[in-house]
Amino acid sequence: MIPLLRHIFRTGILTEPELPVADGAQREVERLHDELLGILGRALTIREVDAGSCNACELEVHAMNNPYYNLEGHGIKFVASPRHADMLLVSGPVTKNMENALLRAYECTPDPKLVVAIGDCGCDAGVFGKSYASCGAVSDVVPVDVRVPGCPPTPLAMMQGILAAVRKAK
Amino acid sequence: MQLCSFPAIDFSRQQGVGAPVWHGRAASGGELHEFALAAKEVGARITAIWGADRRARGEGFRLHCVFGIEAGHAWVSLDLPAEAPCYPDLADVFTAANRMQRATRDMVGIANAGGDQRPWLRHGGWPADWYPLRHDAGDAPEFANRPTDYDFVKVGGEGAHEIPVGPIHAGIIEPGHFRFSVVGERVLRLEQRLGYQHKGVEKLFIGADIARGAQLVGRVSGDSACAYAWAYADAVEAACGAAAPPRGLALRALMLERERVANHLGDLGALGNDAAFAFGLTQFLRLKEDWVRLNATLFGHRFLFDRIVPGGVACDIDAAGLAAIVEQCGTIEIAVKELRELYDEHSGLQDRFVTTGIIDSDLARELSLSGMAARATGMLLDGRAHRQGYTPPAPYTALGVRPATDERGDVAARVAVRFDEIFESLRLLRLLAVGMPVGEFLTDVAPVANGAGLGVVEGWRGEVVVGVELDAEGRLARVHPHDPSWQAWPALEFAVLRDIVPDFPLINKSFNLSYSGVDL
Repeated sequence: MIPLLRHIFRTGILTEPELPVADGAQREVERLHDELLGILGRALTIREVDAGSCNACELEVHAMNNPYYNLEGHGIKFVASPRHADMLLVSGPVTKNMENALLRAYECTPDPKLVVAIGDCGCDAGVFGKSYASCGAVSDVVPVDVRVPGCPPTPLAMMQGILAAVRKAK
Repeated sequence: MQLCSFPAIDFSRQQGVGAPVWHGRAASGGELHEFALAAKEVGARITAIWGADRRARGEGFRLHCVFGIEAGHAWVSLDLPAEAPCYPDLADVFTAANRMQRATRDMVGIANAGGDQRPWLRHGGWPADWYPLRHDAGDAPEFANRPTDYDFVKVGGEGAHEIPVGPIHAGIIEPGHFRFSVVGERVLRLEQRLGYQHKGVEKLFIGADIARGAQLVGRVSGDSACAYAWAYADAVEAACGAAAPPRGLALRALMLERERVANHLGDLGALGNDAAFAFGLTQFLRLKEDWVRLNATLFGHRFLFDRIVPGGVACDIDAAGLAAIVEQCGTIEIAVKELRELYDEHSGLQDRFVTTGIIDSDLARELSLSGMAARATGMLLDGRAHRQGYTPPAPYTALGVRPATDERGDVAARVAVRFDEIFESLRLLRLLAVGMPVGEFLTDVAPVANGAGLGVVEGWRGEVVVGVELDAEGRLARVHPHDPSWQAWPALEFAVLRDIVPDFPLINKSFNLSYSGVDL
């Protein structure tokens, strides 16, 4: 136990307080938590749905939970059921074989039922396009509030997208 | 020449600098089946099966089978008639052929006679008599996207019941369906149904140019972008009689090893987390973030997408960049060594890892398993390393790769192999950085009409294979990307049999298989 505690102590707190954001504003991510509390009155819960990605978007969603971005430390938590979620974070393209599952997840999500489409494929079907096997973008299947392009989008871009969706719902 | 002591098929060695591949043609379905038997007899494995529609050239259909043999890979093609193309079931020789054959039927309409006839990639989005990869398929017919019933094998008996899981899983992970048959919490049977990620990648290759193909192949399974891009590049270069320059090859290996380390770091953290050791996840994700940030700094992409291209690599590196890599290897090595000690000494963690999710080397051979999971059963099989009768491709020929193995076959073994492979990759990265050849990193690849090639690369999961055929205009006629997860998914079905349902996430994560890579 002592080596473990020593390791934790030595690592310290890595969360980056001043992540640069597009509009030049600083401490954006730090303010995120306060804003979310103001809007929702509680933490934000997200159900991530991979509706057909190449799995790179999921790697970056995982990265949002690493100590540098510390999403959960900002009151944003990934949950197992859409019934517990305020928001669906959906990567695409939406395959024909996932169309029904995505629709059902959307139906199960309670209000405010925010949807953030992530990745070029989630935004506009990307390199895969629409085909016999692909329904296309997330917005071709369920209503989308915010799109976060990128192949894959960076963790920071996704955090900004999540915040934008929450602001929009205000 | 003759392979697997089978005289009827004459093989010739593929040109190029990639992994050793021999190509031959079977005269009939019967001969293909006999070759499969002969290959099985000498301990070979089935690596890939796919089909191609060649009727537009006035021919019929063509079936391609790739076998992993001692010296490399044997690629056997079989021409089939335009009407009712059919070949003997190979799953009675290699069980791993089962899903590949079903996918071949769903996609091209080439049927295996006998054996499992259930659909695999086709769920209900298009009709059973419409085959997407036929040249005259046209647009998919209007068809209600109704989920079809799938004929899962039923387990009966007192107290036996089913737990259906997915396609959307509880965590942040790709979709797939797992049907557990259990008594209490004891798993009697696991049957997977995949195909949810099927987005029609193979059809997009048809008629595309080589550059567009490179873009697509790097997105077959995002966590293995480098392995796919390299295998595709090898195949295209073999088809066009080109070869990447030495610096290009060394940079490819540098990127592939960085991909391997990134994935192992992430998975080692996730494995700790699945055994309720959140400390492990936090620590390893921190290291992984440092790792991928250097990728972004040096190569412009965190996961190195689109950096390996036919002819070499898309971007060079300077001396300062190589020095940064060497320095980072040192930092990461110290950190991972410390974490390994903490993992090894944590009794709660070891309690979950040891004897959980066992597959032995006999089963691994039976299932044609390759890669990290096979080495965790004690098999000395690594496409980057020399072994009896096998010489790895450049630049690995000169690096003396020491494959990591562990004979236990459980989660603990897969954890140990991943740790060892990180250290070995760090050693290789230093060697590559220090000995980086000077010169060009990219050469032109001019398309050659009707060329064909096969690329094989030892990715972080196992052998990634890409088959390429060009048409008369030098465009892509058919590309088949093959993920090692095809073989490893059935192994996972066996690995859970001695364990209880709550151990499944841990066992699953210890393999961390690709859905997108097999669903295509």
